[in-house]
Amino acid sequence: MTNDIAGIKKADVILIIGSDTSAAHPVIAARIKQAVREGKSRLIVIDPKKIVMADYAEIYASQRPGSDVAVMNCMMQEILRNGWEDKEYIENRLEGFDEFKAEIMQDKYSPENVEILSGIKAETLRAIAKLFGQAKVASLFYAMGITQHTTGRDNVWTTANLQMICGNLGVDGGGVNPLRGQSNVQGACDMGGLPNVYPGYQAVTVAANQEKFEKAWNCKLDNKVGITITEMIDGAYDGTVKAMYVMGENPFLSDPDQTHVIAAFEKVDFMVVQDMFITETAEYADVILPAAAYAEKCGHFTNTERRVQRINKIIDPPEGVKTDWEIIQLIANAMGSDWNYQCAEDICKEINALTPSYGGITWERVGRYGLQWPCPNEEHPGTPYLHKGKFARGKGLLSPIAFKEPDELPDEEYPLILTTGRVLQQFHTGTMSRKTQGLNNLAGPMVMISVEDAESMGISNSEVVMIATRRGEITAPAFVTKRQRKGVIYIPFHYKESPANRLTNPAIDPIAKIPEYKVCAAKVKKTK
Amino acid sequence: MIVYLNGKAYEAFPGEQVLQVALRNNVYIPHLCFHEKTGKAAKCRACVVEIEGMPGLKTSCNVPVTNEMRVTTNSQQVLEAQRLVIDLILSSGQHDCLSCEQNGNCELQDAAYYLGIKKPSFQLYDNDYTIDDSSEFISVDRSRCINCGRCIVGCNQTVVNEVLNWGNRGFDTKIVFDTDLPMGSSTCVQCGECVQLCPVGCIIDKRSIGSGRTWELDKVETICPYCGVGCRLEVHVDRKHDKIVRITGVEDAPTNNGMLCVKGRYGFDFVQSSERITTPLIKENGKFREAGWEEAIGLVASKFNAIKKEFGSDSIVGLASAKVTNEENFVFQKLLRKEVGTNNVDHCARL
Amino acid sequence: MKFYRSHILIGIDDASLAAGVKEIEALLRNELQKNNLSDEINILETGTLGHFGTGVSMLVYPEQVTYVNLKKEDIFEIVEEHFLKGRPLQRLILDRSLTQNYDFNYKRRIVLSNSGVIDPENIDEYLGAGGYEAWEKALTTMKPNELVDEVKASGLKGRGGAGFPAGLKWSFTAPIVADQKYVVVNADEGEPGTFKDRLIMEGDPHKLLEGVMLCAYAIGASKAYIYIRGEYKLCIHRLEIAIAAAREYGILGNNIFGSGFDLDIFIKVGAGAYVCGEETALIESMEGNRGTPRSKPPFPGVAGAWQKPTVVNNVETLANIPAIIKNGAKWFAAHGVDGSTGTKVYTIMGDVNLPGLCEVDMGTSLRTIIQQYAGGMIEGRTFKAALVGGAAGVFLNDTLLDVHMDYNSLREYAAVLGSGAILVMSDTVDMVDMLWSVLRFFRHESCGKCNPCSKGTALLFKLIDGIRKGKGKDSDLEQLIKVSNGMQKTSFCALGQSPCMPIASAINNFRQDFLTRINVK
Ligand SMILES: Cc1cc2nc3c(=O)[nH]c(=O)nc-3n(C[C@H](O)[C@H](O)[C@H](O)COP(=O)(O)O)c2cc1C
Ligand code: SF4
Ligand code: SF4
Repeated sequence: MTNDIAGIKKADVILIIGSDTSAAHPVIAARIKQAVREGKSRLIVIDPKKIVMADYAEIYASQRPGSDVAVMNCMMQEILRNGWEDKEYIENRLEGFDEFKAEIMQDKYSPENVEILSGIKAETLRAIAKLFGQAKVASLFYAMGITQHTTGRDNVWTTANLQMICGNLGVDGGGVNPLRGQSNVQGACDMGGLPNVYPGYQAVTVAANQEKFEKAWNCKLDNKVGITITEMIDGAYDGTVKAMYVMGENPFLSDPDQTHVIAAFEKVDFMVVQDMFITETAEYADVILPAAAYAEKCGHFTNTERRVQRINKIIDPPEGVKTDWEIIQLIANAMGSDWNYQCAEDICKEINALTPSYGGITWERVGRYGLQWPCPNEEHPGTPYLHKGKFARGKGLLSPIAFKEPDELPDEEYPLILTTGRVLQQFHTGTMSRKTQGLNNLAGPMVMISVEDAESMGISNSEVVMIATRRGEITAPAFVTKRQRKGVIYIPFHYKESPANRLTNPAIDPIAKIPEYKVCAAKVKKTK
Repeated sequence: MIVYLNGKAYEAFPGEQVLQVALRNNVYIPHLCFHEKTGKAAKCRACVVEIEGMPGLKTSCNVPVTNEMRVTTNSQQVLEAQRLVIDLILSSGQHDCLSCEQNGNCELQDAAYYLGIKKPSFQLYDNDYTIDDSSEFISVDRSRCINCGRCIVGCNQTVVNEVLNWGNRGFDTKIVFDTDLPMGSSTCVQCGECVQLCPVGCIIDKRSIGSGRTWELDKVETICPYCGVGCRLEVHVDRKHDKIVRITGVEDAPTNNGMLCVKGRYGFDFVQSSERITTPLIKENGKFREAGWEEAIGLVASKFNAIKKEFGSDSIVGLASAKVTNEENFVFQKLLRKEVGTNNVDHCARL
Repeated sequence: MKFYRSHILIGIDDASLAAGVKEIEALLRNELQKNNLSDEINILETGTLGHFGTGVSMLVYPEQVTYVNLKKEDIFEIVEEHFLKGRPLQRLILDRSLTQNYDFNYKRRIVLSNSGVIDPENIDEYLGAGGYEAWEKALTTMKPNELVDEVKASGLKGRGGAGFPAGLKWSFTAPIVADQKYVVVNADEGEPGTFKDRLIMEGDPHKLLEGVMLCAYAIGASKAYIYIRGEYKLCIHRLEIAIAAAREYGILGNNIFGSGFDLDIFIKVGAGAYVCGEETALIESMEGNRGTPRSKPPFPGVAGAWQKPTVVNNVETLANIPAIIKNGAKWFAAHGVDGSTGTKVYTIMGDVNLPGLCEVDMGTSLRTIIQQYAGGMIEGRTFKAALVGGAAGVFLNDTLLDVHMDYNSLREYAAVLGSGAILVMSDTVDMVDMLWSVLRFFRHESCGKCNPCSKGTALLFKLIDGIRKGKGKDSDLEQLIKVSNGMQKTSFCALGQSPCMPIASAINNFRQDFLTRINVK
């Protein structure tokens, strides 16, 4: 998030697009509902499914999955046509406006044309643009509904374009606010758990960065960008990847096209999985290393608003279990190195020294409320919202983004659009949440089908149906609801007994390398 | 500014209510419906005090302080009035602490103890009740309800799930879910905000019933392991049995103000699950066998070294984790970059 | 203008409607027609004639005789005897011996000056009686603050029960700058035995409207709501007619009389809980929320309906305003006594000959009211007690019959005027039963918001119920007093603070009744 949670109530208008907020980020959803209820903010929700947040929205619109760029470009066209953009902001803080405008003002993004593309009525599109464009401060929240597309990067840039032309970036209460799905996904990125950057987003390709880390670690480092998770699976499958070390992840259920993933696991020479449980992925490992749970160690998680927060040890790990860092250090030393961390605090010191944005977030300073990066030194109070006064790169760059269709569209054989996501009561691949029986009682596998589609196929509530795509098929009980859009089905991906990712399309965004979980072609069949 | 409580001067801040100043300075005034989050309600009437220059008694939760204000919290008149209020509450429900899960963590008990009430003076309660056990994680015993309304404010104004409301009037007033449905059939999402706000033993965590008296539990704060909001929570542990008993939200946390969702509050079984693995496992002939750490680590290290030597560093890949700490992710990528010599590090940020 | 030899005023109110007044009226018209009397005798429908519990009644001018409890078959006889032969039918006339001193001089009355005289459904009659002159005077010649000052000077106090000076209340709201202010008329009238507001609205709805208008102008409100209990169907009907007529005549609406002042009045029908008469609960209910009181401050005058500055006044309070503005504060203050100016409308019920409504000067003694306006005690019964002020009032015994009924005098006896309900009890009444029904009322009406009241009222009822059933103890009397005193100190609103008044006065003034019940084993 460019902005912070406390800023939610400072926005006059909040736009949620591609986030089932009350299911995936319930406590942020509560804040947004508070803002609406207290009359502080007006809410716009754009989502194919009529999610709970839609009940709080002044305007709710259901778009065809994959049409987000068209919808937002249309909003921007309307905003520019009516002069609702922030002209001073564009003049002083942005560049690339003319080129951007040329793309946006094309006729294909007129409300009438986008109505055809997205299924949202032209007048609704106009009303959305007006409410959003005329707001003094508007914030935008999204989650995987924006990113998990072959056009994921385009979608993200478009949200930024929208917020930039309205002058909502670098403003308290505004911002582009991706909601991060896992407790420390932000921290994993910040700590260089990515193929192209060292901790603190210092590119591996920049010589100065390489030198810095070589010096600190007293070693030679590679300046070539590594491969991403989907490429790793492909590499394992085609034999270029020989060994795989998986820490606390479960690609078996979380990666697209499960059949392909399984084949890759079977082929790879050597696979190490480090986890609390024998996960579905671990079944394929050659070695499983038992790791401690969050409650059994200390360290930091970084949340979606960049707040670095301490986790404390509550109980001892079970006999025989080690924390992840201990295990990693053992491997490093067994490989011939000489690491000597005595505790997590030692590692934290190294992070402070090598990661500029974490420079001031020391073990002693974090405190009960945490600190928000960037926090370069020990005097710095942390940064509630980014881009204040100036963008990191100087001027904000507007880029013309053209609308592109998703990789796989419905056809005669597979007439429905399948999208996947989460439910409130379960989490990710269920490794943690499914150990609590009560949560399972509340939420089991399902496929959400619109009333219209269910009627036309003669499917009734709770009836077990088969869902198939070009990649495979699964069964799940039907959940027939008015909240679902006609022509679209939805399956949560938590369940190994109904693994949604056996169905999903592994096509990825060419740059962000993110798979298209939110759109693929599917069909539903009765099982009896 | 200065406020005198029972003759003693205390510092107070503009906008504070008398009760807040008192509580901040450890001057106890019985109170049941007030909670920092749900605010003043002036419903329970237990917090009445005398304030110089104001007629009668005033509820201290809704009188803003003014400079030099003089407040008496312990006069005969005040204590008598407070005693009647608490006595009436004790007389109209099943408030037998021995059988109550909240024993020792009950604001009604605190008030009664402070006022020296040994037993209720009246009998206004007819024993005719059933416990609502219909929901997955929460148990509701209306015979212990004191109608403070904190749960209702919490459900409607804090988590904004809009499930709880008032039903009936007068003596028969009660909390209801939706249109007076059993909790389990209502639209409740089991976030537990109402549990957290309940000052007595009416709305409680079902699963921790009987698993530890609150004074025996140790409480440690940490961060929720589920989604990226990073809610701050407090884990209640029974040290004798080394067991996590319950989880509550931390009220003053900037991320969540005490709120949690059903996963964060109740989904902690995995930590102490019997399915946890406690020894390294090595696959042999398609089957896992237990192994010692030394053997397992040695195997991993030698394999990595061998593959690195034979196929090059880039034939090894590592998946970091969105569920472990910064420190752990840091050393993970350091292992890959430094010891293995590849940038092939990624994790499921996109998935 | 046509000349009529006689005028017949027929009282139309809920009670008479229930007794078939419409049919009787039709029959009367028919009979007059048959006898060719239609041109000589005029029939007017009017509000109540003030005699509660007397069924269908009519008042005939110029003789000033009142017929009560009329049945259909009586009509033939009345037409024959009275209108053809000129001999009032003694059999059906209200007992004259009871009303020798009954004050029929309607002109002396302020609030009820038109009630029973004009047709409440005809705005022209109100205008003809000098109506809306004050409104015109105010809008064309007075500044809002002059109105506030005038009302202040009049000494008028709120007639809803609390007796707060009306002008003072207005003066808090008038200077506040706000995009919207409201006048809210409290027509919830929930106090048992009170129905004065109903009869005011039934008999002279325009007077209330004019009062509302003057108040709105004084404080700068452009919207007014009349919050009225749902059972008052006829009131609602007549108010709707009156508002429509006022709009049509340009007395309400935009730019009234070219003054630039806009005002509209709306009716909100309440759900009828007693506590909804409490002004903040009324506002909550009006906003569509659960009808429970809000904490004060902020008072409605600062943050009332929809959090905007709002003046809440009782019907009777506002019905006094037109006369004050028209005739001046001095004129008004000449009625009544020091500290309690003007008149008071009482509803008298119980063991009297003429239960009903009367408007008398403030300060009139209870004895005078009972004897002169209520026709005295029913024959053979002697006065024992009067419950003055409704359920939230006090039981007076015969030593207090000569107390002057005004705010200050009553205060000396820890009593209140309240809403102006007087329930007269003779020696046939047992005070245990009386207190029992009062406490049952409180238990039933407690809204449940606060602890002392919701639980305390239940406890009080349990105690008195025990005594009534012969299971009481001496100590129960002290408990009743102690608990109700505690409730007085701790309850959220006046409802829970009130039971101590009837309890203490009943027990202290009539202790023997209680002891007798307790000692019957
Ligand atoms: C429980 C309770 C019931 C009340 N009921 C009424 C009522 O029915 N009518 C009324 O005018 N005032 C009623 N009041 C008084 C109002 O709160 C308020 O004082 C009054 O409307 C103010 O108008 P006034 O100043 O013109 O009297 C009630 C008060 C309480 C505490
Ligand atoms: S658990 Fe949450 S949603 Fe359910 S009633 Fe309580 S506060 Fe409301
Ligand atoms: S005193 Fe009675 S009526 Fe008034 S708020 Fe309390 S419970 Fe409700």
